[in-house]
Amino acid sequence: MKIAITSYGKELSSKTDRSFGRAKWFVLVDTETGAFEAHSNEQNVNAAQGAGIQAAQNVANMGAEAVLTGNVGPNAFRTLSAASIRIFIIKKDMTVQQALSEWKEGKLQETSESTIEGHWV
Amino acid sequence: MKLAIASGKGGTGKTTIATNLALTLDDKGMEVQLLDCDVEEPNCHIFLKPKIESTAPVTVLIPKVIEEKCTGCGVCAEVCEYSAIAVIKGKVLIFPELCHGCGACKLFCPENAFIEVPREVGIIEEGKASGISFTHGFLNIGELMSPAVIDEVKKAAGDKEIVILDSPPGTSCPVIAAVKDADFVLLVTEPTPFGLNDLELAVGMARELKLPFAVAINRSDVGNEDVKEYCRREKIEIVLEIPNDRRIAEAYSRGEMVIHALPEYQKTFETCWEKIIDLHQNMMQAEQQEKTATES
Repeated sequence: MKIAITSYGKELSSKTDRSFGRAKWFVLVDTETGAFEAHSNEQNVNAAQGAGIQAAQNVANMGAEAVLTGNVGPNAFRTLSAASIRIFIIKKDMTVQQALSEWKEGKLQETSESTIEGHWV
Repeated sequence: MKLAIASGKGGTGKTTIATNLALTLDDKGMEVQLLDCDVEEPNCHIFLKPKIESTAPVTVLIPKVIEEKCTGCGVCAEVCEYSAIAVIKGKVLIFPELCHGCGACKLFCPENAFIEVPREVGIIEEGKASGISFTHGFLNIGELMSPAVIDEVKKAAGDKEIVILDSPPGTSCPVIAAVKDADFVLLVTEPTPFGLNDLELAVGMARELKLPFAVAINRSDVGNEDVKEYCRREKIEIVLEIPNDRRIAEAYSRGEMVIHALPEYQKTFETCWEKIIDLHQNMMQAEQQEKTATES
């Protein structure tokens, strides 16, 4: 399966980005083959509004089945849920590779609700 | 004459000036209408205590999908400037609170699968305060679309001789919605670094919108001379200075009008109005001359 990890860079050694909608990059990893590719999220970094929705739409279009990130707001959560994408929360500073390993070991907690409020509140 | 009272910085005294100016002119027998366009925090009513005669909801149109017609092509999500629509697994998700009601989704949908339905985002109330026709609006809590409510407040503008608009603070969309078709803008500031910084932004906005404007300085005897120097340098007229008078603050804190508690200030507001009228006339004449010169 494919999973999307929010990241500051394009590599497995890059630091993970705690924000979802305004993350710099999504590193999309194929868990069967280990192959990965980076997708820029530049368009949403400075979006006036709706970054979470747009990012979720993009992640769904990439064919991801899970997202590893720091936080998701209510709109991102609703969009990801509609796409049946599972959300796992990264709580500490770590690299994309470390997040991937922790997820494989079942150490990352899945969330069934948004973890922060909308940013206009 | 449609006069908008605006400011970059909040808390400079827009409402104090708007309400006291309105009442001063009303007392002089002029026909005055006051529109409180600060729909996120309207407070002119606290001081003018109008008798509200009617209330009406403000709605915006938001899209609704007719699911039988939708093919899930995703065009609506692509054209939405505000990311208020996502199309996931062929299903349209709409986020009403992000929708600006532009109608692009409906316009571009190849299947004609959208209808528009009203959604309430606030209310407006109309009434009378002394002889002043009074209208204000309230944006519902959690809503973003203040321009929709502001536009509705402004629609109440009748044929009164003088219409005074109390604008929200800042220089963003709600302020533009409030001031854009005013005949003249009075920018209220205070003589502090924050006041000056935000005044410069407000001046930039007024110039961009090509609106004639002048400055009012509240608590004019505190802080420093930088605001006055800036106005001199930029050739901006200062038409009103209100001193840092503790008695004004006390009247304000009791919800009283300055000109009732301290009648000597009535003259201050009268003079301010005369200066605005003179300036406006001069600016109109200058513009007319420029036009004639270009034509010949």
